[in-house]
Amino acid sequence: MADHECVCATGADSVDLTLLRPVLDEFASDGGALIPVLQRAQAIYGYLPREALLEIAERRRIPFSDVYGVATFYAQFHLQPRGATVVRVCDGTACHVAGSPEVARAIVGELGVAMGETAADGSITVESVACLGCCVVAPVVAIGEQVHGQVNPAMARTLARRLHREATR
Amino acid sequence: MTAPAAPATARACEVRVCAGPGCVAKGSLEIAERFDAVVAENSLSDRVRVIRTGCHGLCSKGPLVVVGDDGVFYPAVDTAAAERIVESILSGCEPVEGLLFRTSPGGPPIARYADIPFNAGQQRIVLRNCGVIDPEDLDEALAAGDYAALRTTLTALTPREVIEAVRGSGLRGRGGAGFLTGLKWQLARDAAGEQKYLICNADEGDPGAFMDRAVLEGDPHAVLEGMAIAAYAIGASQGYVYVRAEYPLAVRRLTKAIADAEARGLLGAGIMGSGFTFKIEIREGAGAFVCGEETALIASIEGHRGMPRPRPPFPTTSGLWGRPTCINNVETLANVAWIIEHGAMAYWGIGRGMSAGTKVFSLTGRVRYGGLVEVPMGLTVAALVEGIGGGASGSRPIKAAQIGGPAGGCLPVRLFDTPIEYQTLSAAGAGVGSGGLVVVDESTCMVELARYFLAFTQAESCGKCAPCRIGTKRMLEIVTRITEGDGVPGDIEQLEQLGRVVKSTSLCALGGTAPNLMLSTLRYFRAEYEEHINEKKCRAHACAALSTYVVVPGKCTGCGACRKACPSGAISGVAKGVHSIDPAVCTRCGVCEATCRFDAVAKV
Repeated sequence: MADHECVCATGADSVDLTLLRPVLDEFASDGGALIPVLQRAQAIYGYLPREALLEIAERRRIPFSDVYGVATFYAQFHLQPRGATVVRVCDGTACHVAGSPEVARAIVGELGVAMGETAADGSITVESVACLGCCVVAPVVAIGEQVHGQVNPAMARTLARRLHREATR
Repeated sequence: MTAPAAPATARACEVRVCAGPGCVAKGSLEIAERFDAVVAENSLSDRVRVIRTGCHGLCSKGPLVVVGDDGVFYPAVDTAAAERIVESILSGCEPVEGLLFRTSPGGPPIARYADIPFNAGQQRIVLRNCGVIDPEDLDEALAAGDYAALRTTLTALTPREVIEAVRGSGLRGRGGAGFLTGLKWQLARDAAGEQKYLICNADEGDPGAFMDRAVLEGDPHAVLEGMAIAAYAIGASQGYVYVRAEYPLAVRRLTKAIADAEARGLLGAGIMGSGFTFKIEIREGAGAFVCGEETALIASIEGHRGMPRPRPPFPTTSGLWGRPTCINNVETLANVAWIIEHGAMAYWGIGRGMSAGTKVFSLTGRVRYGGLVEVPMGLTVAALVEGIGGGASGSRPIKAAQIGGPAGGCLPVRLFDTPIEYQTLSAAGAGVGSGGLVVVDESTCMVELARYFLAFTQAESCGKCAPCRIGTKRMLEIVTRITEGDGVPGDIEQLEQLGRVVKSTSLCALGGTAPNLMLSTLRYFRAEYEEHINEKKCRAHACAALSTYVVVPGKCTGCGACRKACPSGAISGVAKGVHSIDPAVCTRCGVCEATCRFDAVAKV
C-alpha cells in the first residue's frame, strides 16, 4: 500500500456504529474506562475505525485527540484492518539469542509482507512481538493461536509457504 | 486395553498434566485429551483423575506429566506414552521405566519429580501450588492451603501486626525495584484519606520472563489472597489487577477465581463473616512496557496514555484518582500468605544478607534444563545455571547470563560465583530485576545483544522526557552502526557518556535503567566493541554485515539440499561435488545452515 494513501477512510460505509452502543452504555458512568471501551470496540470491528473513535469521543464527551492519543499509544490497538491470519514472530530475549532475526527474515521473505504490515489482499498480517512467554521452545512463531516452537529459517519458510497456500486458496 | 477389577479402597490416582505455556506449545493439551479419552473409554474415572495444572517448571522437557502422590515424573510425553502411563496406574502404579527421566541416554532413570537435578536446590514458596492443583478449582486451592492465612489475618491479627510481620520478613518488591514491601504498606496505611487502593501489578513486560504469568495461571488464588491481606493491612476496600492483555489465559483464570472466591465469601463484602470488605476488578493492559512503572500504570487505569509523572508525591500518598495507592507485583503478593502462615522469621531465615526469601526466575536460553525455577536468595548464579540448569545446551561454552531483563545487565561467566542478591547483582551491573535469566553462549554477540535491548527500550520509551526519548534513540543509532561495521573511534566513549546522562536524568525507571544492559556489556565485553569498530569483526558471527556463510569442504557431501533451499540462488555446485556460496549474492538468511544435515555450512 502506498504511503500517501489514506487507509482510515476505506470501508467507512461498512462501520456499523450501532454495535458500539451497548459498550458505550455499559461504561457511560465510568470516567476511567476509555481503554476497556477501546478494547471492546476493537473486539467488535477487528480494529479501531476512525468513525468508531469519533463516536466514542462524542459519546464520552472527551476530545477526539485524547481518544486518538490513547489508541495510538498502546500496541494492542490497530487503526487499520488486520489480516485474516496474524503471524507473530517472537523476538523476546530467548528467541532473539536462539536466532529469531533469521526466522523473521525467512517469513517476511517467503510471504512478501513486510514486518508490521498486512498483505494487500487482507489475508495475512506479519508482526514482531516482544515475548509470547514460551521461551524454552525458542525461537517461537505463532500463526493465529497455534504456537510453533524451535523454528529455524528453513522450517519458517515451510510454515510460511503452507500458510500462503492456505490463505490464497 | 482392558481394565482389571478395581481394588475396593482405591482412591483416584491423580495424573497432573502440565498446561503451562511451554508445555501447551509442545502439545500438552492434546496429551491431556488423550488421557481423558483413555479414562473415559475404559470407565476409569473413579480410579484415575486427570488434572490440568499450571507450570511444573521443567518446560524444556515438556509435555510434562506427574503421577500420583509419589510424584512419578514423565517428561516429553506423547499419546503412546499416555496410554502406557494409564496402564501402569491400573497395574499398581509401578513407574514405566522406559518413559522416566534420565540425565543422559542410557543413564539411570529418576522416578520422582522431586529428585531430578533440576529440582535440587529449589525451594517453592511462591510456586507452592503451581503444577500441583487445578487452578480453576477453588476447592483444590482451599485444600492446598489457600486462604488459610487470610482467615488467620482477619481473625487474629491487627493491620499493624500484619505490616510488622511483612516488615520483619524482609520481603522486597519482586517486580524489579526491590523496595521493602512492609515499608510500602506502612506508608500507604499512614497516608491520610478514607479511600485507598491496592493494585496488583501483573503487567509483566520483560522479554524473556514469564514468572508472573505462571503464578497467575497456576495458582491465581494465592495472588488474590495476598491482595486481600495487603488490602486489610493498608485499609483498602477496592483492588485492581492490572494484567497484560497478552495473557488471555491468566485473565480468564483470574476472572473465574475472583467470581469463585466472592461466591464463597472469601472476597467481596464482609469477608469470612468479618467486617472487612475488599473487591477486586481486573483491568487489562493494552500493550505498553512503560505501564509497569507505577505512575504510568495508574495513568493507564485512569484511561490515559501510560506516561509516568514525576515523584513525589509517591502513589502511597497520591495515586489512583489522587488517593493513597499501594502497588505490589504478582510474585510479591504470592509470598504474603506464606509469611503470615509461617512467620516473619521463617521467611527471613531463607536467603542471605538483605535479600530474604526466594526468587522465581525464568531460566531460558542456551541452557540444558530451562523453565521456571524458584531458589533461595543468595544462591550463586553458577548454582542456578550449572546446577539446576545443567549447563550449556549446545556444544559452545556459556558466555554470559542476561539477568533482569531490559533494566538488568549481562554477567560474564567468570563472575558466575556472584550470589543472587539485590546488592551483589546490582554492584556487578546486572540486578535481580523481575527474574528473567537468559543464558547466552559464544554464538551471541554482546554488541548485537545491546542493540537488541536498546531497540526494545527505544520503542517502548513513552517520549515524555527528553533524556529517554532522545538518548535511547542516539544510543541505538550508534550501537546499530557498530554492528553494521560502520563504528568509528570515539563511539565507545560517546556511548558511555550518553548512558550516564540517560541513567541520571530520565523521569522514570524505564529511562533510568535503559542504558544498563549496554553499559554492562561495555564493562565486561569491551573487546567485542573494539573488534567491531577497529577490525570490522564479529567474533560470534552474529552481525550479518560482518559475517558470511561458507561451505566446509571436508563435510560437504554434495547432496544439493542447500542449493535447492537457498531462496536467493547464491549456492552453486554439482551433485556429489563440494558446493560453494557466492557472498555477493548471499543475503545471510541462514536457510542453508538450517537445511544442511552434515553441519557443512558455517558462519565465518
